[in-house]
This record gives sequence, structure tokens and C-alpha cells, in this order.
Amino acid sequence: MEGAVISTSTPAVELTGITKRFPGVVANRDIAMSVRQGHVHAIVGENGAGKSTLMKILYGMQRPDEGEIRINGNGVHFRSPSDAIAAGIGMVHQHFMLADNLTVLENVVLGSEPRKGGIALDFGSARKKIKEISDTYSLGVDPDVLVEDLGVGARQRVEILKVLYRGARILILDEPTAVLVPQEVDELFGNLRELVREGLTIIFISHKLDEVLSVADAITVIRRGTTVASVNPRDVTARQLAELMVGSELPSPETRESTVTDVVALSVRNLSVHSPGERCVVDGVSFDIRKGEVLGIAGVEGNGQAELVEAIMGMRPADGEIRLGQEDISTWSTLRRREAGIGYIPEDRHRHGLLLEAPLWENRILGHQTRRPNVKGPWIDRAGARRDTQRIVEQYDVRTPGIEVDAAALSGGNQQKLIVGREMSGDPVFLIASHPTRGVDVGAQAAIWDHLRAARAAGLAVLLISADLDELIGLSDTLKVILRGRIVADVDPQNVTPEQLGSAMTGAGEAA
Amino acid sequence: MNSAESTFTDRLLGRVRLSGLLSLAAPVLAVVFAGAVTSIVLLVSGDPPLETLGVMIDYGTQPRSIGLMLNSATTFYLAAIAVAIGFRMNLFNIGVDGQYRLAALIAAAVGGAVVLPGPLHVALIIFVAMLVGAGWASIAALLKVKRGVSEVISTIMLNAIATSLGSWLLNRERLAVQVGNNIGTKPIPESGQVPGMAIIPGTEYKVFGLIILAVVVGVGYHVLLNRTRFGFDLRATGRSESAAVASGVNVKKMVLIAMIMSGAAAGLIGMPQLLGASYTYSLDFPTGLGFTGIAIALLGRNHPVGIAFGALLWAFLGTSSEILQIHEIAPEIVQIMQGTIVLSVIIAYELVHRYQITAEQRRVSRELASGTPPRAEGASV
Repeated sequence: MEGAVISTSTPAVELTGITKRFPGVVANRDIAMSVRQGHVHAIVGENGAGKSTLMKILYGMQRPDEGEIRINGNGVHFRSPSDAIAAGIGMVHQHFMLADNLTVLENVVLGSEPRKGGIALDFGSARKKIKEISDTYSLGVDPDVLVEDLGVGARQRVEILKVLYRGARILILDEPTAVLVPQEVDELFGNLRELVREGLTIIFISHKLDEVLSVADAITVIRRGTTVASVNPRDVTARQLAELMVGSELPSPETRESTVTDVVALSVRNLSVHSPGERCVVDGVSFDIRKGEVLGIAGVEGNGQAELVEAIMGMRPADGEIRLGQEDISTWSTLRRREAGIGYIPEDRHRHGLLLEAPLWENRILGHQTRRPNVKGPWIDRAGARRDTQRIVEQYDVRTPGIEVDAAALSGGNQQKLIVGREMSGDPVFLIASHPTRGVDVGAQAAIWDHLRAARAAGLAVLLISADLDELIGLSDTLKVILRGRIVADVDPQNVTPEQLGSAMTGAGEAA
Repeated sequence: MNSAESTFTDRLLGRVRLSGLLSLAAPVLAVVFAGAVTSIVLLVSGDPPLETLGVMIDYGTQPRSIGLMLNSATTFYLAAIAVAIGFRMNLFNIGVDGQYRLAALIAAAVGGAVVLPGPLHVALIIFVAMLVGAGWASIAALLKVKRGVSEVISTIMLNAIATSLGSWLLNRERLAVQVGNNIGTKPIPESGQVPGMAIIPGTEYKVFGLIILAVVVGVGYHVLLNRTRFGFDLRATGRSESAAVASGVNVKKMVLIAMIMSGAAAGLIGMPQLLGASYTYSLDFPTGLGFTGIAIALLGRNHPVGIAFGALLWAFLGTSSEILQIHEIAPEIVQIMQGTIVLSVIIAYELVHRYQITAEQRRVSRELASGTPPRAEGASV
């Protein structure tokens, strides 16, 4: 790691051996990285790789269990974000923290108001200072407009100005482009270059590889909680970076014997989802999944996969037609779709898959609260649910002291095995598996793949969404690539390499 | 998201369970702390803490006091259950107060206006009360579901409206009649009254017959929440709305139903007093019980048995405070004590919970350090 940055000056930020554990998981393990002053340093990694935890540690929101943080060569121990701010670190959050009904000036000074003679606020000098900062870094921020009148890009510049106003010399930007349209992204990158030209240091968190390559001076890759590589963006391609992020240490999820039948289990026609801002996040998607078929959807995250899944589950309003077997289910409620035999392994198991503070057997009921063996009429069948939870624990090898423990006490892999077991119960005809092995250990991953293969052989239709290209290629019978909400390519998983798939995902190369 | 990240609200409303001895540690800690604060206040005002407590216990354990205590506890219990139904789903029904007052007023008017055979008359009054409470609560529920209005705001405002509506209705041109130098609804005839029960040895004082209603409501609350599909959906929504949605729960419908049930339960609050003692809703009908209910629901952590203890404790303090004046001790000391208990219960649970988290983290760290090699897993924090 040390050799990656050859510099005579002290690094602006240096992390060594950072480890952070949460009950049941290690979020960060032995993180080591060095950020040079005046650089845009990108940290890339999949969702759940541990980027956010690392940034929270650097910004004083979490304290590491082990390891050392050095800012400009001095060891620091942050107890709160105010310590980090005092050390010259500023954070621009993904979700803006601005009061709409206040002006830019009022938002910027909020919490560190300049005083004049004790009580009065000195707006004059603040306005001057904001103008100065805005001019120095060409941010083009007018202190006297209302924030509610600003567009997203301008709001982000106000956020940046806010941390600069507090004297930050090291800026952390958490997924800053997630909310921006392409032109705004270009503008932001222009601003960032202006900032580093003036000697500021920027830590840029993202999983959008093309953006990272275009703006970063140095890149650190995080996978499964630890730093796996530090690379120079001039020396790598998006494909190589994707491989580093995803890794190839994993057992291969081979599925070669086709079990695909002719019976269509799920058919989707012209499905479109609009976000509140009228943007089309899923745009006219159509596909069929037959019994015994795994349809994989490849794509860089944030290209409409999550919205597509939620539309099929009925959790999000959508236009278009969804048929399960012969029946048009487009207008059905989530519950009715589940009852009709749709299983759902959600992308974020903590948000959508589990009741963390409830025992395992209550989690067994979740999503199946109208079906045997969990209920008898309007009553919960506690004995039945407990018995069946015990069955899942045994069949799916969920490592737990018992079925009365809370779901939060299990490790990610065991939580996921419980979910897989639950969603496979009650004879589903169609299963949505969204990142089924994300954040689980290698052993659980292999087990989950086995279960998916077995269910496929038994005639289950599966929609597989994953960021793990090996998983997609290995498990899928058919592969489609999604980009900006549209299916842009069909790929034959038999003859495609992760490299080819990677370039199809970024819309750069030709699909196989 | 793991136990370390349950929100303060989750812990406040008892959705996070403490395990083993720790669940006992919290209330013990709270009572000790509340005792300490009250002692300090007593010392400052120049009264001996231990003797004051002795006086209160002496008086509070006399048979008549026990009767009084059971009667107020009955009312408190119903109030707290009404609040707890909402709490279990993350709904803050601050409007229990307005709901029960309006319900009692209209139920009393209906009860006084009709004559029916015994049990039927009582059933009608109780039914009307539940209906009015539910109806009043449904306004806030509809506003939340249709327009996204926070139920905290709307129920607080509906309390004020209920007060005004109540005084408009309680007028001789409308529902009220002159009773002595008071005005109230037309008294409920004997067929609509629920006789008290002289069940406490050593006193003629009668306990509300509707204490049985409180027991039934408590059992019903427990069964509904823990044994039915509806209760499961309700608790799931309270624990994680996103997971509930993904599992097929119609959250808007749940909000509507839970709020209406909370309002219906609120309608019962005034019944023991109305049918067992006052027989009329007059200007001196007890007020503010909805807010007492909030405190007791917090104290009992929304658990039906916990709430029973909370209601009894509250009622004991209230009843025994009557003796303090005779000993020239300000009875307000009891309100300080009640406030301190609620506050310290909240703080104690928070402290014990934090202790549990760090203990858990230490245990995990130890196991990872000694046994199996650490696995790095993505923790979405």
C-alpha cells in the first residue's frame, strides 16, 4: 500500500489497521490507505463492502476498535464529528442536510453563526466570506437566494461551501453523483478539480467506475470490509477495477445442465417506473422467465434494478403488464402476489427481509402471515411456526443457538440462509433473488447457490439480480443487461467473460 | 442495522427486549433513582423522606384506600392500553384525552335518554362510547393516511376541538340538564348502571364493577397482539415499516385500524366512573386521563402486565397523597415523584440497553479474536 503513493510530503490522511466490529459482523478489517494532499482519492467498493463504516470512522461518527488515523502526520482520536471538523475534515452527505426555507447564507452559517458584539449576528462578514469562498473555487453560489429555489447541483455546491466555510481542508463526498444528472456530474467534477488545484484533498466514495476513473487521482478498492488494492486510475480499466471490487476468490457458481422448460412462469411487458421527480427509472422493460430458468439481470447498481424488483413485488407503482402464469397480477397487492407464489429475497435484508428485534420464528412468519403452517384462520399458530422454523434451521444450516433468539444476533450469512429457507417454503412458483449472497461469508454463499440450483431443477423460475458477475454468469440460463432503466443487451452466459459483461454494463463495449 | 442501531424510540416504546436479569435491572434502577430524587426534594423542603414514605404507605394500605386505588387504577389501566395500542405501531395517539371525554359525554347523553333492560342498556352505552372514541380518532387516522398529516399534531389539535365541542354540547339547550348547582347530562337510570362490588375486607367501599372490563381489555390486548395475524402485522409494522411493506402488509390500512382501535379503547376510559359512580357527565367529570395514560404506557413499556403495575403504582401514589396535607407536607411531592419515575424508567432502560450493546460487542470481539478467524462481512450501517 505504501508504495502506491510516492510522495515527499506527508499524506493528508493515513489509515493503518482500522478494524471495526459490530455484533455478529466485522464491518472493517485491517483497513490501510494513504491519501495524498491535493488529490481526489476515490474509494470504490460494492454496497455493503464497508465504505460507509470507514467514512463514519474518519468523520468521528464511529470509533474504530483497532487501528490508527493520522491527519497530516498527526495521530488523532475522534470522539465526535466536531473533533473531525476541528481537524479540518468536512463531510458532504449523500442526502443534503439543508433547510429549504432558509437562504444559502443562513444555511451556511447555521450552527456556527458569526457574532457581532455578543448577541447580534454578523451576516455582513459571513456574506463576504461566502462570496470569497465561492469565487476562489468557482462554485458560483449566491448567498441570498432561498435554498428551495435551487436545483440539485446547486444545493450540492452549497453543501460543499458549508464545509469549506467551517475551514475544512479534507472533504469527504459520499456518493455525490447518486442524485445528479450527467451534466451536473460534469459540473461537479469541474468544481472538484478547482478545489484540488487550491490544495484541498477530496475523498470520493462511489461505485460508479467510469466516473471514478474520470475524476480520481488515486483509487483504493474495498472488498468485504478490507482494502484490497490501491491503484493509479491511469493504469487500470473499468473492467479491471470491477474485477478488483467483485473479486475472484469465490467458489464458482457453475450451473451447466439446463432445466429450462417451455412453460412461462412470469412475463413482464413494457414495465415502467417513474421516480417522484418524473424521471423514468425503469423504462419499458419486457422479459419472460420460464419454469426452471434463472434469468440474470446484470448492471451497475442504481440503473433501475431495485425499482424493477419493487414493481414486480407490488411495492412501487408501475405501468405495464406483469403476468404470473396466466394471471395478470399488475393490480394485485403485495400480499396477494406473495400468496400466489412469489418468493422474495430482498437486496437489503435488514430493511426489507427481517424484523431484527424479533425472534427467528416470528421472522419465519413475516411475508407468510396468511399461510400455513404459520396461521390457523385469524390466529397465529405458534407451535406450527416454531416447528417449521426448526425445519428451516436444520435444512438450511442456519447456525443459531435456537429459534427464540433475535434475528439481529445472527451473522449476515445465517440471516440470509433463514430468509432463503423462508422464501423457498410454501412452494413458490417464482423467486426474486436480489443480491442473494451479498455480505455473506463464502460458506453460506456456496450453500445459498446450492439451494437456488436445487430449486431451479425442481422447476422454480428465478429472477436473479446481482453485482457479482461470476455469480450472474454461473447461475443464469439467460442474462440481460440493464442500463439507465432499460434492457440494453441479451448475453449468453455460456460464452461470456466477466470482462465482456463488465463493458456491456457500462454501455461501453459490444455485448457478446 | 443490528441491535446496536435500534432507535431511541424503539427502546422507549419497549420494542427492543432486554434479556434475562437485565430486564429486571431496569425497573429496579428506576425506582431507586426516583426514590433518591424524591428524597432530595423532600429534604430541601424540610420534610423527612423516610417518615413521609411511611405515612403514605400506612395510609395507602388501609382497606378504603385500597378500594380507591383499585378504582383509579382501573381507569388508568384503560387509558394506558388505549395509548399502548398506538405505541406498538409507532403511532402516537396524543388524542386519547379528547377521545375519552367526548365519548363519555355522548355515551352519557344516550344512556340518559333511553330506557332498556339491564345488561342491554349498559352494553349500548359502552358501545356508543367506543364508537365515538373510534370516530374521533379516525379523523386523525384519515388525515394521516390520505394527507400524510402527523397524528401527533392532529390529535393534539383534536383534543382542543373536543374540549370546545364538549362545552358546546354540555349546555342546557342541547344535552345538559341542571343538577343542583352543576350541569350535566340527564342521569343514567338504574338499568344502565353497573353496581360496585364490596370485595375488600374491612370496608364498605365498593370497587367499580367495570374493573372486570379492564381485565378483559388487558387480556384482549395481549391476545390480539401476540396471538392473531392482525397483531403480528401490527407489531411488524411497528418494528420495521419497510419489512412489513415487503411482507405484504398494507401499512395505510394498519394505521387506520390501529388508530380506530386505540380510539375505541379510549372510549372505554370514562365508563367505570360514568356507570359506576357519576351516572352523568357533568362539568366535574375527571379530565386529563389521556395524558396519565401516556405516562403509564411508557412506565409499563406497553406490556399488559407492566401497565397493570404502572397503573397500580400511579393510583397508589395519587391516593396516598391525600394524607400528606394532614401532615403538612405538600401533596405536590407526589406529582414530582410520578414525573421522576417516568423519567427514570426511560433513562434506566436506555442505560441498561447501552450496557447490553457494549457487553454484546465485547463478547463478539472476544469470540472473533480467540476462536474462528474473523470474517469480514458487509455491514450496512
